[in-house]
Amino acid sequence: MSEARAQILSGIRRALRRGPVDPATAAELRARVAAHRRNLIPARAAALGHAERVALFVAMAEEVQATVARVSSAAAVPDAVARYLSGENLPAELIAAPDPRLEAIPWHRRPLLRIRRGRAEADDAVSLTPCFAAIAETGTLMLISGAQTPTTLNFLPDTHIVVLHEDQIVATYEDAWDRLRAHAEAIGGLPRTVNFITGPSRTGDIEQRIELGAHGPRRLHIVVVADRCGAGDGEEREGG
Amino acid sequence: MLATSRNFKANAELGLANATLQRALAKAQTGFPLRRRLAVERLPEFEALREEGRAIKDHTLAHLDFYLELFEQRVIAAGGKVHWARTADEACAVILQICRAVGARTVTKGKSMVAEEIGLNEHLAANGIAAIETDLGEYIIQLRREPPSHIIAPAIHLVKEQIADTFRAEHRELPSERPLAEARQLCDEARKVLRPRFLAADVGITGANFLIAETGSSVIVTNEGNGDLTQTLPRVHIVLASLEKLVPTFEDAATLLRLLARSATGQEFSSYTTLSTGPRRAGDLDGPEQYHVVLLDNGRSALLGGEFQDMLRCIRCAACLNHCPVYAAVGGHAYGWVYPGPMGAVLTPSLIGIAAAGHLPNASTFCGRCESVCPMKIPLPKLMRHWREREFAAKLAPRTVRGGLKIWAFLARRPALYHALAELASRALGWAGRERGRFRSLPLATGWTLVRDMPAPEGRSFHSLWAARRRAAR
Repeated sequence: MSEARAQILSGIRRALRRGPVDPATAAELRARVAAHRRNLIPARAAALGHAERVALFVAMAEEVQATVARVSSAAAVPDAVARYLSGENLPAELIAAPDPRLEAIPWHRRPLLRIRRGRAEADDAVSLTPCFAAIAETGTLMLISGAQTPTTLNFLPDTHIVVLHEDQIVATYEDAWDRLRAHAEAIGGLPRTVNFITGPSRTGDIEQRIELGAHGPRRLHIVVVADRCGAGDGEEREGG
Repeated sequence: MLATSRNFKANAELGLANATLQRALAKAQTGFPLRRRLAVERLPEFEALREEGRAIKDHTLAHLDFYLELFEQRVIAAGGKVHWARTADEACAVILQICRAVGARTVTKGKSMVAEEIGLNEHLAANGIAAIETDLGEYIIQLRREPPSHIIAPAIHLVKEQIADTFRAEHRELPSERPLAEARQLCDEARKVLRPRFLAADVGITGANFLIAETGSSVIVTNEGNGDLTQTLPRVHIVLASLEKLVPTFEDAATLLRLLARSATGQEFSSYTTLSTGPRRAGDLDGPEQYHVVLLDNGRSALLGGEFQDMLRCIRCAACLNHCPVYAAVGGHAYGWVYPGPMGAVLTPSLIGIAAAGHLPNASTFCGRCESVCPMKIPLPKLMRHWREREFAAKLAPRTVRGGLKIWAFLARRPALYHALAELASRALGWAGRERGRFRSLPLATGWTLVRDMPAPEGRSFHSLWAARRRAAR
């Protein structure tokens, strides 16, 4: 296969009528990558203050059929989750990410909620996860894989509940990615996978009629917590 | 995939005569363009983003060798493997080898046009490995043993009654009297049938919408979540991607992502945009143990530096298909290979040769809608015209067309003769049609007059009116 590699690369150079990129150009290209300059950023979310940014996130997420509950503190999350489950007629049984941010929530206030921790298996109906960041521009959640945040939780169960702290909501994908770059530096590299999730699973493959829950979750419920995120990757409260 | 593009005319006539297909296409014609327009109107920066998107891709293509090598380094650094394939056969062979090395029996697949291009399913099946399509549309057409007819909505040529019939015929283990009249019921059934397949698969194969050189990541964009189950659950994840999917940085990918969903389905953002970088990390509770990227050339590198290089900017959004009057009339199967519509009319001859791609560059009215909606500003009509020139030069166009063009070229180079003959012809036609004012049929143009009348010329020709106007102005 290394023969294929050499032939493809030399074919590209022949077509472009040059040899390998010269050292000066290579240095420029490496600098371009290292700088990872932002391209044009749409104004929609970029200039908003904290409250407007949160409001835009909520509006955009609801527009794509996610449901949102806003609570004042982490202490109010168990009530919000229990209320959502009973409102949707779902069992009070959760598979949750084994994540310290979720552990810090006082689940004992709702003793009837049965919470197992780990990755999702085929029969799990409802999952509960934290998220890494959220993007106001399009109402998008950003979740990353890791020992405490298995990816199967985001896709296998029928219902996915996400706990999001307001200070995790940024304006754009680029803002979220900057946070991830900082995180990657701290943990020694990017996580295996990064999931940008915008609303529940859907398909339009049958006569262009949108149906929710094609293969991933049918329901995406986001609990937005007004206080700061426990894990402390947050920045200033008042943005913009 | 075996190309039948040479039979475009016959295929198109079958499409036009197929009432069910016409019913399915009618539904598609209004939805996609309307949703795209609303999404574009909502983002004032859309035009500026198109310019930036074009510049990003042009920059990447001009330094493609550099970015490919950087991408390879970063994939390896993240614990993955990169395989280079010059041809469809090489790509199929390396994928089979990876599957065999882990003793794979079944493979799940996310939607990949490149996999269609290399005939991957057939190759795996011939070697005893079942590849199961998991995108709903792809799954439906796999059951029907049909090729996709659209690059983002593969089953767009079907109505739900046909899909219900297919499910009844193929899902024989389910009760025969179950209701399947609604799209919801069909979706639920596919979800139920495919779930155990996802869980049992040994290898998951996806395409890639983008490859990011900076991080060695592959990016897939889906709405169903099938691609994510495909690449999360099995032990091995194989990404099959063609060379031109590369972009330098995450920021560059973000710009293209802002264009992609809006141009494709009119969504602000697709439900799932997923970046994968290497295999499962120490301590991870899920994810594949192996991560492979197969980089496919299959004729693309030869397009660099030439008149068709612009085509390599294509991000496969399908806006050109969704806005094409020819595609809307005949459907995707008429194009006879993997890529239909205007992008297919340019790409197909680029990849399989103009001799095999026959009429495709002629399957256009040159109305220009494709170019006007293309997020990457690919001059599709111009590129089709280049293929027509090559078709003519290679004497592949029908004799009558070549003869006609030669006569026209002879006259066009002799304006005085041209004007005199045009004047004469229009007077003769005007005289011949003076009673009815129109012609039901004309010699040499029976195909044209089959579905419309030719109005008889009246009064003076444009040339003589124009000359008179010039004289009056002086």
